[in-house]
Amino acid sequence: MVAAFDEMNGLGGEVRAPYKAFAEWLGVQHLETLRQKSAEAEVLFRRSGITFAVYGAEEAGERLIPFDILPRIISAEEWRRLELGIEQRVRALNAFLYDVYHRQEILKAGKIPEELVIQNTAFLPEMIGVDPPRGIYSHIIGIDLVRTGENEFMVLEDNTRTPSGVSYMIENRETMMHLFPDLFSRNRVRPVENYADALLKTLESVAPANLDAEPAIALLTPGVYNSAYFEHSFLADQMGVELVESSDLVVIDGHLRMKTTEGLKRVDVLYRRVDDDFLDPLVFDPNSLLGVPGIFDVYRSGRVTIVNAPGAGIADDKAIYSYIPAIIEFYTGKTPILPNVETYSCRDPDSLKYVLDRLAELVVKEVHGSGGYGMLVGPKATKEQIETFRAKLLDNPKNYIAQPTLSLSTCPTLADSSVAPRHLDLRPFVLVGDQVRLMPGGLTRVALKRGSLVVNSSQGGGTKDTWVLQE
Amino acid sequence: MLGRTANDLYWLSRYMERAENMARLLEVGYRIVLLPREGEGFHEEWRSTLESAGCLSGYVLRHGELISQNVIDYMLFDTSNPSSIASCLASARRNGRAQRTALTREMWESLNSSWLEFSAIRPVTITSNSLPELLDWVRSRSALYRGAMLNTILRNDTFYFSQVGTFIERADSTARILDVKYYHLLPSTEMVGSEKDNYQWAALLRSVSAHRSYRWVFKDHYRPLKIAEFMILNRQMPRSLRSCYDELTAALRDLAVFYGARHDCQLTAESTRDLLLESNIDNIFQSGLHEFVQDFIARNNKLGNEISAAYHFSD
Repeated sequence: MVAAFDEMNGLGGEVRAPYKAFAEWLGVQHLETLRQKSAEAEVLFRRSGITFAVYGAEEAGERLIPFDILPRIISAEEWRRLELGIEQRVRALNAFLYDVYHRQEILKAGKIPEELVIQNTAFLPEMIGVDPPRGIYSHIIGIDLVRTGENEFMVLEDNTRTPSGVSYMIENRETMMHLFPDLFSRNRVRPVENYADALLKTLESVAPANLDAEPAIALLTPGVYNSAYFEHSFLADQMGVELVESSDLVVIDGHLRMKTTEGLKRVDVLYRRVDDDFLDPLVFDPNSLLGVPGIFDVYRSGRVTIVNAPGAGIADDKAIYSYIPAIIEFYTGKTPILPNVETYSCRDPDSLKYVLDRLAELVVKEVHGSGGYGMLVGPKATKEQIETFRAKLLDNPKNYIAQPTLSLSTCPTLADSSVAPRHLDLRPFVLVGDQVRLMPGGLTRVALKRGSLVVNSSQGGGTKDTWVLQE
Repeated sequence: MLGRTANDLYWLSRYMERAENMARLLEVGYRIVLLPREGEGFHEEWRSTLESAGCLSGYVLRHGELISQNVIDYMLFDTSNPSSIASCLASARRNGRAQRTALTREMWESLNSSWLEFSAIRPVTITSNSLPELLDWVRSRSALYRGAMLNTILRNDTFYFSQVGTFIERADSTARILDVKYYHLLPSTEMVGSEKDNYQWAALLRSVSAHRSYRWVFKDHYRPLKIAEFMILNRQMPRSLRSCYDELTAALRDLAVFYGARHDCQLTAESTRDLLLESNIDNIFQSGLHEFVQDFIARNNKLGNEISAAYHFSD
């Protein structure tokens, strides 16, 4: 494999401009000091309880996502381009969602095979004709970006349902400022701490029309055993809104209400961090013990706003992904500013043949998989793993897509015996309400194992603070 | 505030208070067992300690015979015992974690690190020498949590429910100690003045952290009647039933003002407090200490249920 593009050193040679001040600082740090700071960071995280639960494990199974103390730095200029590309993309995604749940013009125009949308499990027929406030379906979006060269940023994945990780963006910064105040005086880093404020404004802006009072907002969590529970409570706390579980909610007199110490109180905007299936047992999953019976009717009648809207997942389905450039062109009339990663849909016989011939070079993913599970990284796989996957592909080709193995960019990372390059990606968080609000930064995920390309926390990935520099 | 939040805050405070009370009881029981004595006396001591802690029947089911090491393990580490210190700290943290948004950072961090540190202790490493140190640690962690709460929490319903939980639990604990430990000591009162009796009375007061303050208040030897008065009626003694109800009625009154509505629980708390205000110790003994305390425990439980109903803890 060719050497990866390094965020600090490019392809070798000179230190890249945004890293100049940082590289000078790093050059005079002792490995021991860095290690000590890293240990301090871990203590801070553990004390604040910023853990993620491992499914099936009791409290003992709460883990920390490893934090790497060396930041990832993005220049003002790079960010400007990302900003334009992301805004274009989230507007198109929402336009697409509005369309597929209304006139379906994109399907009529033949830009996307109809059955790919209509027969998709992420498409909710119950949403057809529903009009969410401002026509927005996906209000909180995480865009997963990868970089392969100086000017090569690509979108690897969109997260239009319930993207997580934003609390790490905020806590990582808090920790860095605590550990390395002098670094922040040498670099002009744009702050990310007002995320909760922007989120609250976004939620308020999509409240049902004609309320007689300020909108009452609540954040719905599956509960303390959910892997992202810390984030749910963190955001509720930062916004000063109630953190509710479905058992705290009830539908009475056509409104969604929460059970408070003073009896039932109305909820106008529900920022839900549960999947569609667990929203309303009357509509989605009659066997589910979770959810609030009747909430979907309240939603349909416009008396509560659910954020993100049910059915928003059709926009980030991996089978739809390869059509996003077409979606952007269809709704904005412009070419995408941020390209997709080339993708082969194995449902197509020609593509399937191409993929089967090159399994050792490609990354193969399940259409509905997530978290880095159930994927094949060809160049890192053994012969047996490749053959197992070949059998799976032949058995159910529709279930898979394949992409070239990208040489993800690397960034200096504190490893066992030295500071060494490790591969990473970037998830900026964007809010869509009365306006599009993008935090300057995001969650940088880093593969801590040498040579590894899998950045997911469930697969040994860590995080870094992400700096966007001021002009 | 959600009813579930109020419920969790209330129980969080109860569990922290309970952990502290367990530590105190265990400390006192252990001191008495160390005392040289004839025969099987330590059985009686552990029996009354377990009974005061409300976990005698659970212990007997699990271990049968009263053996010091088993009693200590059951009260400290046994997670099948819902009142063990391990269980209390875990439950307190679980409640706190579910209501992370209602706690200040200081409260959460003290709660979380207590649980983390306690979970790291391996029971086999606890020796007779390290036990007092560990129990001291438990009390200091409880104090740290309460200090963090008093210093950082907003004076609103979050605070009031936390106060209510603390003082209902404390009142229950003091009442049980009176009912069990005090009661068991009474027959020996005719022999007042012997070394051992003084030691036992001191131990009893120690279990409510009052062996020094008794002297300051009464400037007298330990006298059973005065000890009972101190634990039931004295308003200076912060663990007396009277003090607990002063705090409880205040917190419940604050809740009524905050929400603009009074419920049965306010009335019940006030009537219990009035009873404590109007009683004197001679009358209590005449009509029977045991009956008085049993009645008090029943009222205290009733109050807990009324609070739970009034503020929709679980509906």
